[in-house]
Amino acid sequence: MNKKSEAIKKQFVAVLFSCLFILGLTSNPALGQQPKLKVGIIHIGSITDGGYNQAHAEGVAIMKKNLPEVEVIEVENVPESADAERVMENMIKQGAKLIIAASFGYLDPALRVAKKYPEVKFVHPAGYKRAPNLTTYWASTPEAFYLMGIAAGKTSKTSKMGFVCALPVSYFLANINALHLGARSVNPKMETRVVFTGTFLDPGKEATAANALLDQGADVLGMIVDSPITVVQIAEKRGAYSIGYHYLGVQKFAPKGWISGIAFTWGGLYTRFAKQVMEGTWKSENILGNLASDLIAIAPFGPAVPAEAIKLVEETKKAFIEGKKNVFEGPIKDNRGQERVKAGGHWSLNDLGKMDWLVEGIIGQPR
Amino acid sequence: MMLTAISSLLVGAIHSGTSLLYATLGEVIEERAGMINLGLEGVMLMGAVCGFVTTVKTGNPALGLLGAALAGALFNLFFGFLVINRRANQLACGLAMMFFGVGLSAVIGAPFIGSKIKGLNEIDIPLFAEIPLLGPVFFRQDLLTYAVIPLSLIVWWLLFHTRFGLNLRSVGENPTAAFAAGKNPYFLQYQALCLAGVLGGIAGAHLSIALAKTWQEWMTAGRGFIAVALVIFSKWHPLWAIAGALIFGGAIALQIQLQALGVPISSFLLDMLPYLLSLGILAIWGGKRRAAAPGSLGRVFQGTE
Repeated sequence: MNKKSEAIKKQFVAVLFSCLFILGLTSNPALGQQPKLKVGIIHIGSITDGGYNQAHAEGVAIMKKNLPEVEVIEVENVPESADAERVMENMIKQGAKLIIAASFGYLDPALRVAKKYPEVKFVHPAGYKRAPNLTTYWASTPEAFYLMGIAAGKTSKTSKMGFVCALPVSYFLANINALHLGARSVNPKMETRVVFTGTFLDPGKEATAANALLDQGADVLGMIVDSPITVVQIAEKRGAYSIGYHYLGVQKFAPKGWISGIAFTWGGLYTRFAKQVMEGTWKSENILGNLASDLIAIAPFGPAVPAEAIKLVEETKKAFIEGKKNVFEGPIKDNRGQERVKAGGHWSLNDLGKMDWLVEGIIGQPR
Repeated sequence: MMLTAISSLLVGAIHSGTSLLYATLGEVIEERAGMINLGLEGVMLMGAVCGFVTTVKTGNPALGLLGAALAGALFNLFFGFLVINRRANQLACGLAMMFFGVGLSAVIGAPFIGSKIKGLNEIDIPLFAEIPLLGPVFFRQDLLTYAVIPLSLIVWWLLFHTRFGLNLRSVGENPTAAFAAGKNPYFLQYQALCLAGVLGGIAGAHLSIALAKTWQEWMTAGRGFIAVALVIFSKWHPLWAIAGALIFGGAIALQIQLQALGVPISSFLLDMLPYLLSLGILAIWGGKRRAAAPGSLGRVFQGTE
């Protein structure tokens, strides 16, 4: 009995050591061909979610395609906690010189790690704080939602829209407001109903919400949840129109009712980041892409959208890019009757984080 | 206007309640046989993903349902191996199986995210479906929804009016006594797990191939745990489970319906509605819940050697 357990112990130790040895081999960069740059990216969810995370993962894939000499370390499902710090430090120990902390909640962990490793560059989406080695980047969506609103207002027959939204967060409220204002600019009777599901991921609840909104007479549905698939499918089945978000592949679920959609396209930006780090020209910035940038894309319009609407969308897009038009031009009242933007003024896109109201004509509770 | 809202609310309640009821019925059977399975969430996810993948591959939602039922049963049999053969702690194993189910279903489902299926569609019952208010509620539903109330009756009959049910319950109350009476507790518990797995798998499949017609990681969003709570709520009785599932589904639907109607209540408050309602009902309708629980719930029959 004793001898046997001794042998097992020896075997165990041998296995353990060989494991460590193999680990050492694989993590020793001197043995492989040295890549020019290692880029680490951490995701909050799965990169095949058909939504937010997939957009970032596709951006990195495009960067890798543009710059084959770059090596990517990609980790999914990293919690927004001290775990994120550990994963980032681990990537740096593996030689990463550029870290993409691809979720809003990674901002503070990234700032802490950035302080510890000043020679490593960090980039963070939608962050509101920066560091000498941490850049923030995002694309502003209200303008694109305004354009979707124009198309929806021209397409809707009942003059009613429904919106399924995860949470009443200021940036989401801004998008809903923009969509509604766009629709009202072409159809002053337009009414928008909002349902907050309280979670980014619950297709069952999203289905109930979409059905309830359609029952109230809406014939256009929009959404801000992780995956647009459920809402778009239900709209299509019940003969209504839909506006996609995050993931443009969702179009195939609505061959008839598709209006258009908005998606983030990070490939070009990530390629620029990697190039700048390799060339030593990277600097800390606050990048906010607009419709003219390559950070945001509008999907092709569906067959139901009238030609005049598409023309109007193009004209308005031009006006936005040239700075001749603002999404939130006064006078704007909120849906409780309080004046929020004075006539002649406008709500700056830099203040979106302070938006805690919904525009007149939207039926929903912003708080 | 009000009429459509009420009809919409009832349809929503049935939509949300159906998968909950399947899962609750399964858990009632398990717990009546003395096993508490906190891994129900994992079983539902396995059913949801396998049902969806099979439907994508074959194009046939009926085969999808079969796949979901099989996956649920197999998953539960593994749980059975752990708690019956290996005599592991049921609560710990259940939680571990839940996380295992979340992970495994994510791995299986990853290549199929964004796949398009026809799924199980509503079947209109001619003429009746046109009745205002009640037509869409009772006569425009999918097959699984039509089947769920009769199924509850069958489970009730099986548990309380057949010899099999009597044996099953005797194992849940006192496995030693059941063993002394010549029954095989292990075999009966495996049978209960198998039935519960089938029902749990179908519960998940109702979400992925009938209601939302899509697969997403962890798409059950906690319904497995709600079903475990509903078992206690329904005093381990399949017919009370109908009421429990409909009330809870109704609370979810009401919360959404109130928002769609524009009732000026914060969505954060409305979010608590299903849980507040459950707490309220439990407080008012308390009663001798402990007496209703199977005597040997959570305990493993240790044999008689």
